[in-house]
Amino acid sequence: MHHLELPSYLEQSPEVRDRFTRLKQRPVVLEVKGLNKEFESHQGQVTALKDINFQTHRREFVCVIGPSGCGKSTLIRILAGLETPTSGQMLIAGEEVHGPGPDRGMVFQSYTLFPWLTVKKNVMFGLERTGHGTFTAEQEAMQWIDLVGLNKFADSYPHQLSGGMKQRVAIARALANQPRILLMDEPFGALDAQTRAKMQSYLLEIWQNIDITILFITHDLDEAIYLADRILVLRAHPGEVEELIEVPVPQPRSPEQFLSAEFLATKKRLEALIHPPQSEEQSSADHLNMVRMVSLDDEVESVF
Amino acid sequence: MSMSSWFAVRKELGPRPRFVIGVMSFVLPLLIWSLVSYVPWLWHPKVEIREPGGVGYFKPGMLVDREVFDKEALTAEQQGKTLPLGDPANPIYLPAPHEVAIAFYTAFTTEPKRRSEKWLHESLWDSIQVIFWGFVISSMIGVPLGILAGTYHFMSRLFEPFIEFFRYLPAPAFGALAVAVLGIHHAPKIAIIFIGTFFQQVLVVANTTRKLDPALLEAAQTLGAKRLSLLFRVVIPGISTDLYRDMRILLGWAWTYLIVAELIGSSSGITWFITQQARYKNFDNVFAAIMMIGIIGLTIDLLLAWLGKRIFPWQRQPARN
Repeated sequence: MHHLELPSYLEQSPEVRDRFTRLKQRPVVLEVKGLNKEFESHQGQVTALKDINFQTHRREFVCVIGPSGCGKSTLIRILAGLETPTSGQMLIAGEEVHGPGPDRGMVFQSYTLFPWLTVKKNVMFGLERTGHGTFTAEQEAMQWIDLVGLNKFADSYPHQLSGGMKQRVAIARALANQPRILLMDEPFGALDAQTRAKMQSYLLEIWQNIDITILFITHDLDEAIYLADRILVLRAHPGEVEELIEVPVPQPRSPEQFLSAEFLATKKRLEALIHPPQSEEQSSADHLNMVRMVSLDDEVESVF
Repeated sequence: MSMSSWFAVRKELGPRPRFVIGVMSFVLPLLIWSLVSYVPWLWHPKVEIREPGGVGYFKPGMLVDREVFDKEALTAEQQGKTLPLGDPANPIYLPAPHEVAIAFYTAFTTEPKRRSEKWLHESLWDSIQVIFWGFVISSMIGVPLGILAGTYHFMSRLFEPFIEFFRYLPAPAFGALAVAVLGIHHAPKIAIIFIGTFFQQVLVVANTTRKLDPALLEAAQTLGAKRLSLLFRVVIPGISTDLYRDMRILLGWAWTYLIVAELIGSSSGITWFITQQARYKNFDNVFAAIMMIGIIGLTIDLLLAWLGKRIFPWQRQPARN
């Protein structure tokens, strides 16, 4: 095996370093302080999240990544107000929040469009809940639908749309309320590779053009590096912050960067954090109990 | 299309076999009935007397068991009397299809035997009214209660244990009580339909409500929906298609309670007609009346299914290929 000589992921070009300095001077949109979450389960108390602390700045794109069981879904559900933390605080623009609210938009992996409403009515849903009249709600909804390129489908029902289109409606619906932060829980996880790549560039385009801070959960390392300014890496059992990585890949992003040295260096670091070298015991437990089941004189005796 | 493709597991049939086989499901039982009725050597345990011959108590048109006929014929032969003549026949309680078909018409034109009695169409109308009011009153209370129980755990715990118990009490058992409280007209019958439908209805609706995807409720909350708008803008529209389907099934159950309900107090409606006609041994009319219940039930259900497709345009059409 030949080894590729990669720079450290901590090495940043002057432009990238300068951008991060400016980014950290922006106002803080989301601040999480000492967040803990414990569950009661059959085996007794389980700590899902332990002492999580981080902050995101205005118009920052943060990805959260970690091995399964690290509590990344629990974290985003707590931020959305769908679950209550055992202890700790979360502040949106400096104010403590409890419970769900239109200041934090959420996009789920399972689309969660209302099947009985048309695309337009789906996008109007939040606007009407937050006190807009039907007329202004409709006008604003049409603007957001236009933004995600679905005006032709404004009067279609969700079941008539493809997965990627559904998720674009879900994004428009969440953005229509003009939340301070957009929480996305593995939003492209159910899409095929091609649609997913297209959705990633749509999302970057939207993020570059409107005033929105994004917190994005994924288990796809490439997706995290491609999208994020910074990546919050969590560790499992208990869920703790492992590292907050500043992605050294310059902005604006493009798919060509997937093979750049900075990209691969970051990926190598993430691989090491998320799939650490396994102990002898663990790896033998994961192995298949394989015996040869092809006769030695078979015509195709080996796959090699 | 080959036969083997008819039995592919969970694969839909093409439009033609689909239609043909659907028709067959009605034709097959009718065919069996016709065979038993019209083929003389199939079943026919009775003999209809044509000529009494030397047998004293035989009358033309009389139905006797085949063994009795054979025995009497043998005795007549031994005593040198003229032999009785007869044709194989089915018991009076199994009329032939054409007799029932005719009865569909004549049952409506047969004048009631007594002045106070009702024509068939009046009886049917009574039955439909009893069903309608029983079901509507039950739904007016049962559906909101079911939705509340399915939405709020508090309501579920408050109502469901008792309803769970009550639904095991057979509705007809309340017949005497219903008459004592509500008199002898339609009211006690409506009450029986109500008791038979209501308790199941609450539980079925509550379960349907609980099956609503919780992610929809979460999404609505992150969009700013609060308590009442969650209930009226998400829960109720979200379950409406399933609720409609439940109501169609429950209406079918209500029909099954009709006959028992109508026997309570003074018998009425289609049940009164059936028992009356059975007393006169007009079994062709009895069969016709039973089938009318089936036809009315099926027609209403098909009508509701057709209407449902128009009320709920977002419902996914079943894939046809």
